[in-house]
Amino acid sequence: MTQITLPARLDRLDDVFGFVGAAMQNAGLNAKRQNNINVAVEEIFVNIAKYAYPEKEGGVTIRLSVGPSKFSVEFSDGGIPYNPLLKADPDMSLSADEREIGGLGIFMTKKLMDHVEYRYENNMNILLVQKDIDTL
Amino acid sequence: MEIKKTITDYTGVLTLSGRLDTVTSPKLQEALAELMSSSDKIELDFSEIGYVSSAGLRVLLLGHKNASASGKTMTLKNVLPEVMEVFEITGFLDILTII
Repeated sequence: MTQITLPARLDRLDDVFGFVGAAMQNAGLNAKRQNNINVAVEEIFVNIAKYAYPEKEGGVTIRLSVGPSKFSVEFSDGGIPYNPLLKADPDMSLSADEREIGGLGIFMTKKLMDHVEYRYENNMNILLVQKDIDTL
Repeated sequence: MEIKKTITDYTGVLTLSGRLDTVTSPKLQEALAELMSSSDKIELDFSEIGYVSSAGLRVLLLGHKNASASGKTMTLKNVLPEVMEVFEITGFLDILTII
């Protein structure tokens, strides 16, 4: 298990990619899996950076755990309680003109990850995403 | 993300490389808006874009809508499989013009 704590600010997104990217490289994940995990990681980090701390600056801790069959990323923040998984999925049947982009990020996260779980514990939002890495 | 612009006759080509994410997408939005004023045909070369997030999708959707509204075209080419997957699960394959 390895972890990083950093300010929940958009200008730290590259640091987040760097931290998670190094672990994915070490674990030997293919381009597609790395991409899938990056999508989830960005969406969750950006959500926290934009909405968790409306009145003050706050932090976010990202914990990685890499097992033989799963790559897990857990985000925890002390911001306002918010479960992004409750957000309704976007309507995919609409045409370009009617499409709204809101909710797409969390939808992609749910689609691309194999397990997604939210809990609120000790005044912390905790969001865990997992990708199976033992299949081809 | 790096953006290289090539304009020939009425076609404007943006060759992109890197990540199209929350931080870099506004750069593409600006470049598209600028190109829209000079070119009727816009091509985005995606051969070196390995990653697109929802923020990137938002800018592509906006570009597509603006192009259509003014009778222009916006085409994506050389999209890598890992990026194509993101277009596929979000229904963007049906919205964007991809060759």
